[in-house]
Amino acid sequence: MKGMTVKVLVTVLALALGAVALMGCGKGEDVIKIGFNLELTGDIPKVGEASKFAAEMLKEDINAKGGLEVGGKKYKLEFVYQDNEAKAESAVNAALKLITQDNVVAIIGPNSSKQAIPAGGACNDNQTPMVSPWSTNPDTTKDRPWVFRAAFLDPFQGPVAANFAAKQFGAKTSAVLFDIANDYSKGLAEIFKTEWEKKSGAGTVVAFESHGTKDQDFSAQLTKIVAAKPDFIFVPDNYNQVALIIKQARDLGYKGPFMGSDAWGSAELMTLCGKECIGQFFSTHYAAAGAQGATKEFIDRYTTKYKYVPDDVAALTWDATRLVLQAIQEAGKIEKDIKAERKIVRDALAGIKQFDGITGTMKFSGTGDPSKCAVVVQISPEGKFEFKESVCPQ
Amino acid sequence: MNALQFGSFYALIALGYTLVYGVLRLINFAHGDIFMVGAYIAYFVAVLLLGGEGMSGLGLSPGLTLAITVPATMILTSLVGVALERTMYRPLRRKGADRLYVVITALMAGLMLENGNLALLGASRKSFPELLQKVIWTFGSVSVTNLKVIVIVAALLVFVLLEFIVTKTKIGMAMRGISYDKFAIPLMGIPLDTIIVFTFILGSSMAGLAGILFAMSYPILEPYMGALIGWKAFIAAVVGGIGDIRGAIVGGFLLGFIEIGVVAVFPSTLRDLFAFSVLLGILWLKPTGLFGVAKTTKI
Repeated sequence: MKGMTVKVLVTVLALALGAVALMGCGKGEDVIKIGFNLELTGDIPKVGEASKFAAEMLKEDINAKGGLEVGGKKYKLEFVYQDNEAKAESAVNAALKLITQDNVVAIIGPNSSKQAIPAGGACNDNQTPMVSPWSTNPDTTKDRPWVFRAAFLDPFQGPVAANFAAKQFGAKTSAVLFDIANDYSKGLAEIFKTEWEKKSGAGTVVAFESHGTKDQDFSAQLTKIVAAKPDFIFVPDNYNQVALIIKQARDLGYKGPFMGSDAWGSAELMTLCGKECIGQFFSTHYAAAGAQGATKEFIDRYTTKYKYVPDDVAALTWDATRLVLQAIQEAGKIEKDIKAERKIVRDALAGIKQFDGITGTMKFSGTGDPSKCAVVVQISPEGKFEFKESVCPQ
Repeated sequence: MNALQFGSFYALIALGYTLVYGVLRLINFAHGDIFMVGAYIAYFVAVLLLGGEGMSGLGLSPGLTLAITVPATMILTSLVGVALERTMYRPLRRKGADRLYVVITALMAGLMLENGNLALLGASRKSFPELLQKVIWTFGSVSVTNLKVIVIVAALLVFVLLEFIVTKTKIGMAMRGISYDKFAIPLMGIPLDTIIVFTFILGSSMAGLAGILFAMSYPILEPYMGALIGWKAFIAAVVGGIGDIRGAIVGGFLLGFIEIGVVAVFPSTLRDLFAFSVLLGILWLKPTGLFGVAKTTKI
């Protein structure tokens, strides 16, 4: 009797699953589904939110015009958002769910390298195109023909930060505090260290300290750093940690400047950090204050719609999504079979040589990584990220 | 100094674990999250009184706000603790459930508090307003903020107060009595439930206090902030000898010192590994904790 019940249950389950799978296939006639693997909760929720807002704005634009035109026919866009909780393992699950259950053509995100590196592996193995808007760690796209990105790389960003700080602060020595559990932070910290020691000689990075992702007290590491008397502290950390680190460093009597990286550039940095962050510098993808042309238009519309100035993640998501849409259009047709469709989209993506985004012109050379300019911004007394310098790859 | 400050937080939370364990023999795993709720309550009370952040508050001065926030948070947090006891632990106790099930319930209660907060307030962090004018004192090469001193003094005061309540007052005697024999004590006319509720009030208000002080020291609040520090405080309580108030204080400070000390000497990457290895060593030598005595009356 018991065996019977189990058998019945299994049959019902199998039928239900089959029905779901059928429904999934039946609906995909005139829609193009794109997946988003975002940090909607967890450590950096504002990053996921900004991405989602930018994507929604783009979707509304295109659907208002009747959809995306591919091969003379208009297709409505459908965006599926998955939360990866800003965790590496959840990012892989989110990617697999988008690929196998939601049957998306391509995936945008994850943003942070910590999630983008493992999720990139999952997408590459399952032959689904993925574009990370914000990930700067080289490993995300390395040896992965299916993975692309819209941001510059850390081997480019590290020297930008080092050179700028050397010039701006007249610095001879530096200290680094980074998150050991975050691929992005760790990678960038190491690149910075190598670059700085190449410039100023061995031993000029006077303190190289790390912390964990969930830490809220950095006083022990900062005590060591302050005692080493660096000319400035490089903090390639997420914005939530930056707010605590700067406050605690000031409490310990440190009066010198900080240099940050693109993970600082969230709209939430100033609400968390307040006046302590004013005057600090960081390298990033674009400067909202003083932007022109299409960039300005995007910023104005986003600001009206969502009541805050879009940060770099929002702008990069806009670019990344447009990149994918352009590839879908350039592929020229929509294949019935999702696997074949993914293949032609990937080939079209790989075929894009140059793309004019709102975060600057990107040139692709077959690796999935764009070559584009970085900017250094300073935090103004009003909490705006003001353009200071633009550095372009040679 | 940093070690003392962090140790104080561990100690304050460890006290809550110890109190409840001492009386009920229940490890209240939701305690770290009660601490988190305390920090959030402090945030809302402070913002309500202070105004700003889009809310039209009463516009009180920061000093007055602080004076009201501390007792208000402690009272509200203890209400949360009591509510938890009423809705989760008491029904199970009435049905005579094994302690193991109650501990699992406590774990669930903690997760419910975390995710309830996540659902209610969203994943965005809250930035705690500055209530206290920061003063930095420098002695030679050591810089100390007035906040750190307050935290340390508060922890010590709480310790003295609890020690007094438990050893010198009638209600304290009743608490020790329940710990000794849960079945005989009610027969002597001592109201079991009242004492247990009182214990939860004490423990939760300590967590509330720790929540305010933590929010003032590290002014960024998130729903998961209680989990890790709660675990660590629990370990501190065990190392000190769970059920013993002195043990909780000593364990808390010990953990603070080891953590900060390890970072000062070794690469910071190894902090948790080293810190917990040392604690494991202590437990090897004294399995019942520094102040624990096997199978005797605790608290």
